[in-house]
Order: sequence, then C-alpha cells, then structure tokens
Amino acid sequence: MSSLAQPRKWEKLFLPVLASALFLALWHYSVVWTATKVFPSPLAVEKGLAELARKGLLWKDIGDSLRRVALGFGAAAALGIPLGLTLGWYPAANQAVNPLLQMLRPISPIAWIPVAIILFGIGDTTATFLIFLGAFFPIVVACVSGVSNVPPVLRRAGRNFGLSPPQLLAKVIFPAALPQIIIGLRISLGIAWLVMVAAEMIAVDSGLGYLVIDARNSGKRYDLVVAAMLVIGAIGLALDLCFRKLKDIPSVRWGFRDES
Amino acid sequence: MAETIMGPVAGGVKLSAQHITMVFQRDGKSTPVLDGVDLEVGQGEFLCIVGPSGCGKSTLLSTMAGFLSPTSGEVRIDDETVRGPDRRRIFVFQERGVFPWLTVDGNIEFGLFPLARPERRRRVAHYIKMIGLEGFEKAYPAELSGGMKQRVEVARALAVNPDMLFLDEPFGALDSITRLVMRGELLRIWEAERNTIVFVTHDIDEAVQLGDRVAVMSDRPAKIQQIVKIDIPHPRDLSSPRYLELRNGILKQLGLAHKV
Repeated sequence: MSSLAQPRKWEKLFLPVLASALFLALWHYSVVWTATKVFPSPLAVEKGLAELARKGLLWKDIGDSLRRVALGFGAAAALGIPLGLTLGWYPAANQAVNPLLQMLRPISPIAWIPVAIILFGIGDTTATFLIFLGAFFPIVVACVSGVSNVPPVLRRAGRNFGLSPPQLLAKVIFPAALPQIIIGLRISLGIAWLVMVAAEMIAVDSGLGYLVIDARNSGKRYDLVVAAMLVIGAIGLALDLCFRKLKDIPSVRWGFRDES
Repeated sequence: MAETIMGPVAGGVKLSAQHITMVFQRDGKSTPVLDGVDLEVGQGEFLCIVGPSGCGKSTLLSTMAGFLSPTSGEVRIDDETVRGPDRRRIFVFQERGVFPWLTVDGNIEFGLFPLARPERRRRVAHYIKMIGLEGFEKAYPAELSGGMKQRVEVARALAVNPDMLFLDEPFGALDSITRLVMRGELLRIWEAERNTIVFVTHDIDEAVQLGDRVAVMSDRPAKIQQIVKIDIPHPRDLSSPRYLELRNGILKQLGLAHKV
C-alpha cells in the first residue's frame, strides 16, 4: 500500500497551504508595488468581507443564491433524470429527440435571458429558470449515456431471472447507470453555480451575483466585489466536495475505481 | 467410431435443439454461423460443447437459453418451444455477470424476489456456505478475486433452484490453479443438485474432465461434428489411458496435433 510516489500526510496539508500563501503574497505585493487605487489588496478584501458579514447582508445573499440554485438544480434533476432514463431505455425516442437536445445544449443560458424575461418577467423565477437550463442538459445527456453503457451481460442477467421491464429498470439499469448519473449531476451543479452569478446580475436584486454587480455599481467598491467573488468560489468548492462524497456510497463506489 | 452416440444418456431428454440455423445480417452481408445443429441433452446430464474459437458455441448456447431466436429450427425444453429466457434456466457468464452495486448477499438474493424473506435468507445462507464465502456476505464484488466472483455468480444462479444451467466459458478468465479448483467445486455442486448443465468451453481438457458427453463443433458455419461419451467415473484420473485416449481423439477431430 505504501508507495514512494505517494505524497506524505504533512505534504498533503502543507503544500496547498503554502501555494495559497504564496498566491496571497504575490497579490498583496502586486497591489503595493503598482500602487493601484482601484484593485483591492487581500487585506482590504478581508475588511470588506468582515463589513458584509457585520451588516448581515452576506448571509441573506448566500441564502438567496443557494435557494435559487437548489430550486433550479433540483428541478433539472427531477425532470432530467426521468427523461434521460427514458431516452436511454427507448433508443427510438432518443433518436427522435437527440438532434433537438444537441442543438439546445450548446446555447448558453445567458442567451436565454431575454426570452426568460419575456416568459417570467424580472424576478426569482427567471433566475431559477436560467439555472435550471444550465443544469438540465448535462443531466439528461449523462443519464442517456449511463443507460446505454450498461453492459448487455447485466441486462441479460436481469432478464434471465424473470424481471419485468419496470423491475429491470429499477433493479439493474438504474443502479448500473448511477455512477455516471452522479458524475452528470456533479458537473451540472457546477454549471448551475456558474449560471447563478449571471442570472442574479440581470434578473434579481439579491444574491451573490447581485452583490458583485451592486458593489461595483454603487460606489465602485472593488473590495466588496472581490470579497463576493471569493465567497462564490468557496461555496462552489464546498458544494463540489459534498457531491464528491457521494461516490463513497458503497453501492456506487465500484463505478469510480479508476479515480484516485 | 465406437464412442459416437447421438442420443443422450439415461433419464430422458431435457433439451433438444432441432436443426438450428443462425444467420447474422450485418451491413447487408449475411454470415451463417450455425448450419443445422441437432443436439439432445439428457435430464441431469453434464454436456460440454467444444469447438474452434469463433465457431458459434456461444451463439448456440444463447439460442438454447432463449436470448437469441434461431433463423430456423427450434429449441425445445421439456417438450416446449423456447421463446425467451426463463428463471428455470440460468445463464452464467464469466464473472462479469455479477452486479457490482450489490454485495455477495445481495447478488445471491437477486433472483429470489418472488419468495418470502425467511426463505430468501435461508437460501442465501445455504449457498454462501456451499461456495465457501462465509465472512464475505457484506463484501462487494470489487473486493473479491475473480474466482470468488465466479462462485458468487454460480451461487446466484443456483439459488433460484433452476433445472438447467448454461455456462459460457465460465472459468475462461481465471488463472489455471483457480480454474482447477472451480472445476472440482462445480462437479461437487452438480453431484449434489443434479441440474442439467450445458457447458461451453474452448478447453478440451476441461470438457473431458467435466462432461458426461462432449459435443465437438466444426468451424463456422458450425455443425456438431461428433459427440463423445466420456465413460470415466468421477473423480477422474487425468493420467489414465482412457482419459488421454478420449482427449486425444477430440484433439484429432478438431485437426489439432497434440504436440507443442
């Protein structure tokens, strides 16, 4: 088990801390040496962050952003998983719908903003809808390919034991495709978090995306802009780490054996 | 030849394949694979099928198990035409057929869903013991060796109490020592349960060690060239003159010189 190439425990902890410290130092001294009046130093950002936290606005913004992402991503999963499984299960349906899906998929949710505003007006629904769009297609595509990649040997084994088609779907196809579905969900949650910022800049007046644009517009508070960016990054990372934990569930772990 | 017997051994006919032909259509080209195969398998018999690689052994086995429909001819089991797979006849693949998302317990229990829970538990415990995997009930296939996975698949098949087993090169992926052990185990299980077994292999030694009779297939498009009765009682002495005579006869039939 112990390989010489494996990093040691203290290295695993120490090296990332060192890299982050070097980055902060580089940032700090770049600001000092260029004597910029616009771009904030790490210390100014830290003060801005403290100010936001003190006013209590930050928590409300974080809550609003998380709520919209949860709704948009949740709706995308609730609709995308059944649709993807169905399309994977019926190749004929997939052939019919696939060109349409493939054409809608590369359209950035940002391009949908005018249409979304016509449909839902300015407000929460529009922001949530844009997040939904960003997450929906990767989930569908992951489910379709998850189902079509189920080894025929496993389908045959399921049929051999006399499973009806719904039983086969529930007991063989879904668990066999689950690792790929989880990967698809993880990717689309990342996309949902990205789209959230743009959606909140346009459609609503709360949330982390709004915080970024509002801090710039009302008084060019770049310390607050960068503070909000860091919060967005940190929460995005935390969400991703939570999702990565899913692959430790025993009944899906087999699908991730090639990864670390 | 004296050892050529077309009819099955005592006990009545379990399965009869009647003039099976199989032609695969692909890209407008038709490839004949089976060219009029006639074969009878006796009740409780252990029949091995050998033949050159790619000759259609597996196609024949899949047809007998009901996963493929023959182009012409029919397979009858218990005097009924086979129209699809059935839980009374289980097909065992190489160990790739175990469900990676289920534990050893869960795999063996897989086919038992129509039964009440106490009966399911009883059978699972019985077959775990039979395959010698006590202590591995909660292990996932990824944690098992190839031989252990193969045993799980055999146990999963036996647990539904089938009257026939179709085995498609079940030990092909195992190392030679494990393979020898598994042959012994399979014979022990067969002698206890007396299911009818059709066993496809490319290993002539394996066929002569296990089978009551060995059916030798020709090159594609395949026919049954010869059926050899192995009239050596178990346990078989692998250095007895009769064993070597039978084995060499089959090698010669396949056009293989037994010198390296």
